[in-house]
Amino acid sequence: MSNEIFTLHVNGEARPVRDSWLGENLLDVLRDRLGLMGSKGACEQGECGSCSVLVDGHLVCSCLVLAASAVGQQVVTIEGVAPVGTPSDVQQAFVDAGAVQCGFCTPGLIMAVHDLLERTPDPDGTEIREELAGNICRCTGYGRIIDAVQQVALARRTDRSGA
Amino acid sequence: MSIIDRPTSTGPRHGALGTSPTRPDGVAKVQGTFEFSSDISADGCLFGATLRSPHSHARIVSIDLSAAWKISGVQAIVTAEDVPGQLTYGLISQDQPVFASDIVRYVGEPVAALAADDPEVARRALDAIEVTYEVLPALLDPELAISGEFDPIHPDGNVIRYQRIVHGDPAATGEIVVEGTYEIGMQDQAFLGLEAALAIPDPGGKGIEMHVATQWLHEDRKQIAACLGFAEEDVRLVLGGVGGAFGAREDISLQVHCSLLALRLGRPVRMAYSRAESFLGHVHRHPATIWMRHHATADGSIVKIESRMVFDGGAYASTSSAVLINAITLAQGPYRCANAVVDGWAVRTNHLPCGAMRGFGAVQACFAYESQMDKLAAACGVGPLDIRLLNAMTTGDVLITGQPVLNVAPVEECLRETDALPLPDEPVGGHVRTDGSVDAMKLPGGAGRTADAGDIVRGIGWGVSIKNLMYSESFDDYATARCRIEGGPDGPTVFLKFATAEVGQGFVTLAPQIARSVLGIDRVELDQIDTQVGSAGSTSASRQTWMSGGAVNAACELVRSLIFEHVAALHGCSAGDLFIDHTDVVDPRTGRRFDVAEACVGVSFDETAVYRHPATSEIDENGQGNCHTAFAFVAHRAVVDVDPELGLVKVVQIATAQDVGVALNPLSVMGQIEGGIAQGLGMAVMEEIIQVDGVIRNGNFTDYLLPTFLDMPPVVATLIEQPDPLAPLGAKGVGEPPCISSTPAIVAAIRDALAQAGIDAPLNRVPVRPGDICLL
Amino acid sequence: MPVLFPTTVDEATTALAAHPESMLLAGGTDAMVGINDGHHRPGATVISVNRIADLRSWRHDPGAGTLTVGAGVTYTELMHHSIAGLVPALAEASRTVGSPQIRNAGTLGGNLGTSSPAGDGLPVLSALNAVVHLAAAGSTRNVDVNDFMVGVKRTALEPGEIITGVTVPVVDGWQGYAKVGVRNAMVIAVASTCVVVDRTRRTIAVALGSVGPTILRCPEAESFLAARLDWDSLIASDADQAEFGRLVSAASQPITDHRSTADYRRHAVGVLARRLARRAGAAS
Repeated sequence: MSNEIFTLHVNGEARPVRDSWLGENLLDVLRDRLGLMGSKGACEQGECGSCSVLVDGHLVCSCLVLAASAVGQQVVTIEGVAPVGTPSDVQQAFVDAGAVQCGFCTPGLIMAVHDLLERTPDPDGTEIREELAGNICRCTGYGRIIDAVQQVALARRTDRSGA
Repeated sequence: MSIIDRPTSTGPRHGALGTSPTRPDGVAKVQGTFEFSSDISADGCLFGATLRSPHSHARIVSIDLSAAWKISGVQAIVTAEDVPGQLTYGLISQDQPVFASDIVRYVGEPVAALAADDPEVARRALDAIEVTYEVLPALLDPELAISGEFDPIHPDGNVIRYQRIVHGDPAATGEIVVEGTYEIGMQDQAFLGLEAALAIPDPGGKGIEMHVATQWLHEDRKQIAACLGFAEEDVRLVLGGVGGAFGAREDISLQVHCSLLALRLGRPVRMAYSRAESFLGHVHRHPATIWMRHHATADGSIVKIESRMVFDGGAYASTSSAVLINAITLAQGPYRCANAVVDGWAVRTNHLPCGAMRGFGAVQACFAYESQMDKLAAACGVGPLDIRLLNAMTTGDVLITGQPVLNVAPVEECLRETDALPLPDEPVGGHVRTDGSVDAMKLPGGAGRTADAGDIVRGIGWGVSIKNLMYSESFDDYATARCRIEGGPDGPTVFLKFATAEVGQGFVTLAPQIARSVLGIDRVELDQIDTQVGSAGSTSASRQTWMSGGAVNAACELVRSLIFEHVAALHGCSAGDLFIDHTDVVDPRTGRRFDVAEACVGVSFDETAVYRHPATSEIDENGQGNCHTAFAFVAHRAVVDVDPELGLVKVVQIATAQDVGVALNPLSVMGQIEGGIAQGLGMAVMEEIIQVDGVIRNGNFTDYLLPTFLDMPPVVATLIEQPDPLAPLGAKGVGEPPCISSTPAIVAAIRDALAQAGIDAPLNRVPVRPGDICLL
Repeated sequence: MPVLFPTTVDEATTALAAHPESMLLAGGTDAMVGINDGHHRPGATVISVNRIADLRSWRHDPGAGTLTVGAGVTYTELMHHSIAGLVPALAEASRTVGSPQIRNAGTLGGNLGTSSPAGDGLPVLSALNAVVHLAAAGSTRNVDVNDFMVGVKRTALEPGEIITGVTVPVVDGWQGYAKVGVRNAMVIAVASTCVVVDRTRRTIAVALGSVGPTILRCPEAESFLAARLDWDSLIASDADQAEFGRLVSAASQPITDHRSTADYRRHAVGVLARRLARRAGAAS
C-alpha cells in the first residue's frame, strides 16, 4: 500500500488526501480520509445512488469514481449544499413533506433532486420518476419524496413569477 | 381514562397527537449530519472483518491462521475457541454458533473474525486464512427434513417446529372446493444502512460499550453478554443511527464478533458489512410452499379451510417457530371460517437462515389465501370484491385457533372504502400526447421501450389481510419509558428516555407528540436511546406505537398526576378533577385554567413506566388458544398494466383502506403505507434471493432488484379510524399490513389482465417472473 | 503520481506504451465495480482518458453521411438532440442505461472496451456496422465493430491500443432499440434488439444483445425482411413481421443464468424484433 498524496477540491476547498491507495473510490476517500460522512455507501455498484455527488457539475455515483482521477475537478457533496442549520429549499421540503424516514438514501437524493431541478425546473411526475430512478429508497415508497420535489418546483415557480 | 376521551376546545394543536409535526432528526438527515452506526468512529479504532464459509454443509478439518498473522497490520484473530461465554446464541433457541467450530451449515456462516489497522489489510488477511473443509451432502429439500430421510444437520434436529390446527369439524365439506399450491420466494429486507458497529471495551476489559444499529437493544445485550460471559449490566448498548431494519436486525449479526475483537485488544473496533456480506450476514424472509383447499357453500361462504404449510428456515432457527405460528393461525385470512385443518412445518436446511421480515409469516399465508379467494370467486360466479365482502370478519368473530377478535375489525369498511377510491384516470400509456404518441415511461418495460400501448392489457386485483400485532404465545411483551420534566428559565422541558429502536418509522416523532398531548408542554427532548433504561422490546410486529407509545403515555400520565397534585396544592383544587386542555391545566369545578408551563416552574418530576399488554396463551396440540394480542386489517386494490407477450408489468395504482385505529401522525402513517406497499410490490414482481445448491447467486443490487421510482405507482389511501378500545392511544400498529395484501392484489391484477387477453395464467408463485406470464 | 491525465490521444498512447500494464479509465462504471468488490486491482498506473478533448466530442460529416463519436462521450451526451436526430437508436439505447448518475459517467468507449454482450450501446453499433477507431503510439487502425467484439468481455484490442471513437453511418430510413429487464429502470439487459432499416441500400440490420457470447447479427432474418418490406412505406405485413421475429429468435444463442432463462431470452428477442419492425412501418 502506498501513501498517496493528492489534492481534491471538495465543496470549494482544497483537501489533501493522504494514505489512500490507487484503487480507492471517491466515496471512501470522502468518508474515511476527509471526514465527510454525509455521502453514504449501500451497494458498492452504483445501483442505489446513496453516494451521489456532483463532479464538475455532473451528478455521479462517488463509489464509481476513482478518487485520484478526480484531481482538478470540483466535487460537491451533501455538506456543500447548504450550511449546517440552514437547509436548502429542497432539504427543507423533504423534512416538511415526510420524505425522510431512516434517512440513509436522503443525502444522495437531495443531490439528485438539486441536479434535476437545475436541469428541469418544472418536471412532471414521470420525469421526476425517470430522473430519480438511480436513487433507491427502501423506506418511503417514494410518494412523499415526489411530493417534496413538486412542492419545491411549485415554490420556485411562484418565486420566479413574483406571485 | 385515555387522552382521547378528554374534551378539547378546538382540534389538536400542532405538535400534539393527530397532527404531523416534522421529525426531530429530519434536518440532520437531510443535511447529512445524522450519525448512522456506520458513521461512528473512535480514535485509534481498528477494523474488523469476518471470514465466512463458502460451503453450505461441511466439516471444518483445520483452520490455519499463520499466513494471516504474517500480514503487517493484523492485530487480532478470533475463532470459536476464543468465545469465553456461551458458544451459541439465538432469539428463541440458542442454536446458532458465534463461530462455527466443527460444522458449517450455510454459505456465509462465520468461521473467524479479525481486526486490522485498516479495512484493506483486513480484507487481505481474511483471504490468507486457510480453512480446510470436508464437504458434506447438503440438505436442501424441506420435504426431506420433514420425512426424516436426511440425517440431522444440527443436534436440535431438522424440524424446527411442527404445529397442527384443528378447529370445528375437520370432516366438514362444502359444495364448492378449490385448491392450489402456492410458492413464496425468499425476500430480503435490503435495508440501505449496512450493518455496522463500534465496540469500545472498558479499561480492564470487564465490560463493553457498543454503538450499533439494531431493532432491540436489550435482547442484543442479553445475547452478547451471554456469549462474552459478562453480566448484562456490564454490556452497555447505545443505538447508532439505523438505516432501515424491516426485521433483518432482530437477530444479532456482528455484535459478538466485534465485541470479542475489541476486548481481545483493549481497543475500539469498528465493523461494517459490504452489501454482498450483508446478504449473507442477516436472516431473510422464509421461502414457503403452501397447499390450501377451501370448501364453500354454493354462494361462496367459506365452510372449511385445509392447508399444509412448509417454511424453509435455513440453517438456524432464529424466529422460524413464531413465523410459522403466524402463518398457520392466520391461514383463514380476515374471513369467517368455522372449520379448519392446518399442518405447518418450519424446517432446517442448509439454505441461508431465515427469520423476521416485515409481515412475519402473514405475507406467505396471505398470498395463498387471497389467491384461493379469487379461485373461489370464479368457481361461485361471484366477483372478487363480493366474495370478500361475503366472508368478511368483524369484531367478535373467531379465528381458527378459537380466539375471538376483540379489536375493531372493520374488514368490510376496508373493502368498501378501497372500492370507493377512484381508479386511475390515465389510460394505458398515459394520455395520448398532441403528436399522437404516448410516454414510453408509462408502459411496462419503461426505459427499455419494449412495447407500444396496443400491446398492453390492464387488470385490477384485490387483496385483504389480517395481521397480528405485538408478540404472541404468552411472550412477556412489554416496553419501558421514562418521563422527566425540568423547569428552566424559558419554561419547562420534557425529557423522554426509552430504548425504543428508531429505525426510520418515526417513533422519535410520535413520542414527543404523546408528551405534548398528555402534559400540555411543547418543548420535548429525547435522551440518548440506550440500555440505561428498561427494555422497549423489539421494533417489529407493528408493536411500538402500541407498546412504547403506551409506555411513554403511561410515564407522562404519572408525571401529569404529579403536576395535578402540585397544582392542586398550590391552588386548592382537587387533583382528581383536573385535566389538560392544550397547554392549560383546567379545573372543571371552577373553570379556572392554569398555564402548564407556569405551573411547572421549579419542578423536577421523574417517572418511569412499564407498559404490558394483556397476557396471551400458548396454543394446544390442536392449535387452539388465545395466542395473539391484537389484530389489524387492510384492503388493497391494484391496477396493473401487463405486456402478455413479454411478461413485463407496470403497477399503475395501488388503492388501500387501512384499519389504523387513530392516525396519531397522519404523514407518518402515509409513509408506512407507501413504504410497505413498495415492499409488497417487490415481493410480487421482482425480489427474490436466488440460491443454487445453497449458494446465493444474486447477492448484490444489480441482481437483487428493488423497486425504483419508475416501478412504484402512486398510492391512494383512506385511513379507517375506528379507535381501538384496547390500544393505549386508540391506535393500531401500521407498519406491516401494507406489505401483506398488496402482493396478492398485484398478482391478482396480472391474472385479471391476462384473462382479458384470453390467457389463463395460474401465477401460483411470487415473485412473478416474466416467463411465468408469457411462457406457459 | 500513478494517475496520468493525458490531454491528447498521442499523450495517452505514449503513456500506455511506457506503462503497458496500466489500467485505462474512462467513466469507471464497469471498472470500479470490480475494484470495489476486490476482484480487480488497478495495478501500478491508471491512465485517465477523461481529459482528452478529442474523445469528448462528436462530428457529423454530411458529405460522407457519417457521425463520428469520440470514445469519451457519455451516455447523457449521446442523448443530446444533435446525436439523437442523426442516430436515434443510439440515443434510445443511451436512455435505457442505468440512471442519470451512470449516464453522466459511462461512455461509449467504455461500453466497447468492456464488450459485455449486455452492453447497451453495442447492438446499435453492430447493426450500423460501426467502425471502431483505435490508436497506439505512432499508429492508428480501424476495425469493424462486429470484428472488434470477439467474445464475452473480449475484444480485438491489441496491447498499447486505446479506443478513440466510432464512426456510424447516418441512415436514411428507420432505426430503433428495445431492451428487456425485469423492472422498469436500472436493469442489465436480459435481452435487447436493435433494428436498422436502411432505405438507401434497402437493407435490414438486426443486432441482439444478451443472447450470445457477443452481439449477434441475424443474417437470415435480415435478408428475409429486406425482401418482403415495402420500401416506400417501410411496412411489412403482420405475417412477415411474425416470421421476422421467429427468424431472429432462431438466430439467438441464449443461456440460462440467475437473471433469466434461455427460453425467455430467445422468445423475448423475437418479440422485440417483431415490434421494432412494426414500429418502422408505423413511423413512416
